[in-house]
Amino acid sequence: MKTEFTQAELEQLEARFQARIDAEEKIEPKDWMPAGYRKNLVRQISQHAHSEVIGMQPEGNWITRAPSLHRKCVLLAKVQDEGGHGLYLYSATETLGVSREELIEALHEGVAKYASIFNYPALTWADIGAIGWLVDGAAIVNQVSLQRTSYGPYARGMVRICKEESFHQRQGYHIMMTLARGTAEQKAMAQDALDRFWWPSLMMFGPHDAESAHSAQSMKWKIKRQTNDELRQKYVDQSVRQAEVIGLTIPDPALKWNEARGHYDFGEIDWDEFNRVINGNGMCNRQRVAHHIKAHEDGAWVRDAIAAYESKKSRRAGAAAAQGEMSCQTI
Amino acid sequence: MSDSKLKEATRQYAIRLGDDALVLGHRLSEWCSNGPFLEEDLALTNVALDFIGRARMFYSYAAELAADGSTEDTYAYTRDCREFSNLLIHELPRGDFAFSMARQYLVDVYNLAYMEALRTSADGTLAAIADKAVKESRYHLRRSHDWMLRLGDGTDESRQRLQRAVDELWGYTPELFASDALEQGLADAGIGVDAATLRAAWEQAVSATLAEATLQQPAGDWEVSGGRRGLHTESLGHMLSELQFMQRAYPGLQW
Amino acid sequence: MSDHMKLFEVFIRSRRGLDHKHVGSLHAEDAQQALEYARDVYTRRSEGVSIWVVNSSDIVASQEGDCESFYDPLDDKPYRHATHYQLPEEVNNM
Repeated sequence: MKTEFTQAELEQLEARFQARIDAEEKIEPKDWMPAGYRKNLVRQISQHAHSEVIGMQPEGNWITRAPSLHRKCVLLAKVQDEGGHGLYLYSATETLGVSREELIEALHEGVAKYASIFNYPALTWADIGAIGWLVDGAAIVNQVSLQRTSYGPYARGMVRICKEESFHQRQGYHIMMTLARGTAEQKAMAQDALDRFWWPSLMMFGPHDAESAHSAQSMKWKIKRQTNDELRQKYVDQSVRQAEVIGLTIPDPALKWNEARGHYDFGEIDWDEFNRVINGNGMCNRQRVAHHIKAHEDGAWVRDAIAAYESKKSRRAGAAAAQGEMSCQTI
Repeated sequence: MSDSKLKEATRQYAIRLGDDALVLGHRLSEWCSNGPFLEEDLALTNVALDFIGRARMFYSYAAELAADGSTEDTYAYTRDCREFSNLLIHELPRGDFAFSMARQYLVDVYNLAYMEALRTSADGTLAAIADKAVKESRYHLRRSHDWMLRLGDGTDESRQRLQRAVDELWGYTPELFASDALEQGLADAGIGVDAATLRAAWEQAVSATLAEATLQQPAGDWEVSGGRRGLHTESLGHMLSELQFMQRAYPGLQW
Repeated sequence: MSDHMKLFEVFIRSRRGLDHKHVGSLHAEDAQQALEYARDVYTRRSEGVSIWVVNSSDIVASQEGDCESFYDPLDDKPYRHATHYQLPEEVNNM
C-alpha cells in the first residue's frame, strides 16, 4: 500500500474519508485513515480495554468472599466476562497495528489511562451490587452509544460486549434490591455503597463537553456518537427511578426533575476529586497497576516456557519431515 | 445396609464429593485476574466455574437427602474445618502456575476416571452429576495435560518449577485411592466408586505424562492423609475464613 | 504474550446450517491452543457449534489500493441481480 502522499493527495484522501464517515459508512482496518483518527482510536479503545482488565480487580477482590455459591458463580462469570471484553478490545486495537504487549507496557508505565472509577475500593458486599448497578450501568450507556462508532472492529466489539453485559447490571441491581429489602443493617450497607459510588460513576462520562480535549474531533470522526454530557444526563435520568424502586436515596440534594428540559437537574461533580484520581492519587491507583504488573511479571516464565516448547516442537516436526523426505528418496 | 443407613451414607458421600469440588474450585478462582495472560485467565475461570457448579450439585443432593431445610449454602458456609471432608490435595494453596497446573493434571486424570465410574452408579442423581462431570473433566484433562508438556519440556526454569510442584504434591496422591468403611459400603451397594480400582490406570497415565514432559517421577517415600476424617493442613482454615466471611460476620442473613 | 504468541482469527458457526462468522481474535502458541482458548473466550454462552481458528498472518486480504480494479468491474453487471428483471405482478415472487 502506498504510504507517501503529496499534500494535495492527502487532502483528497481526507475529504474522501470524511465523506465516508458522514455517509455513516464504517471504516475498516485496511482503509486509509488520517493519522490522528488512528491515534485517537488507539487511545480510546486501549483505555477502554485497560478499564475492563483493571476493572476485574475491585470485584475480583470479592470472589473468594461472595456470600453464597450462587453469587460466587455469578461474580466469577462476570469478572471473567470483563477479562473477555478486555480481550475483544485489545483485538480491536491490534487491527490498528498496535500489539497487546505495547498496550500493556503503556499501562504499566502509567502512560495509558483506565476508567478512574476502578481506583475506588470495593469494601463491602454491597459495593459489588453498586458496581454492577451503577458502574456497569454507566458503562452500558456509553457502550450502547459506541455500537454506532465509525470504526468497524470497535463497533462490532461493542455489539458483542453490550449483548453480554446486560446481565452485569441486572445482577448488581439484584444484589442491591436484596439488601434494600433485608435488615436495617443490610439496607444501610446498600445506601453506603450508593453514597460512595454515585459521584464516581457520574465522573465516568468524563469532563464537561466544553472542557473535553478530544470530544469535538471524536464527534466529527464519529468515534464518539454522543457527548459526555448527553450520556451523563441519560444515565442520571434512568438511575433516579431505579433507586426509587428499591427505596434508596441518591446522594445529591440538587437532584430535581426539570419539567421544561424533560430531564433531571443534578449537582456539580467535584472536579478536583476527578482530577486527583485521574492523575494517580485515588485510593487504589498504586495497587491496581502494581497488581497488574505483578501478575504480568509472574506470568513471564510461563509465556517463555510455551514459546520454548513450541519452537522445540516445530524443530522436531521439521526434523521428522526431513527424515520423511530422506526415506522417500531411499525408496 | 438398611435403607435409612444407606441414605445417610449417600448423603455423607455427596458432601465429600461436594467438598472436593468446592475447595478446588475456590483455589482455582483465586487465579481470576492473576493469570499469566488474559486467555489463560479466562480458561482457568471456566474450570473454576465447573468445579463450583459441581459442588453445588453434590451439596444440593445432600440437602435433598437430608430434607431438613438445609441448602447447598448450609454445607459450604456453615461448617468449620473439622467438618470439611475434602481430600487434602485440593486445599493446598494455589502456589505458582506450575503448582496449580500440576495439581490440576493429577486430579484431572483421577476425576475423569472417577466420574466415568460414578456414571454407572445405582443412584440416579449421582450418576447424572457424574455424567455432566465427565464431559467437563475431559476438557480439563486435555488442558492440564498440555500444560504438563509445555511447562515440563519448556525452559529450564519451567521444568524446575514443575518438577518441584510434582514433588510437593506427590505425597498427597495416595489419599486419592484410599477408602473407609463408608465408601466401601457404598461401593458394595453399587452406589459409590471403589477408588482403589482406579489406581493402576492412574499411575500408568501419570508416569507416561511425566516421562513425556521430561520429569522425574517422585520416589513416593512420604504420604499424608486425613481429609475424609476432617484432618486438614492449616491452610484450609484460612481458606474457609475467607470463603465464609459473610456468614461469619453476618450470621443467617440472605444476600 | 505478543512478544511470543501468535495472533489467531476466530470464526464461529453459531447454529448448524449457518456460515462460520468472524468474531474476533486471540493470542495462542499454536492452533490447538487457539482452538481451546476460542472456546473459553468466544463461546462462554454456548454461542457456537463449531469453531475455526486461522493464523492471522495466513489471511490474504484485498488492499484498499486494489479496490477499483477488484470490485468496480462487478458493479456494472446488474443483470446478476434478481431485481434486474421486471416481471408481471402475478409471477413476481419467482
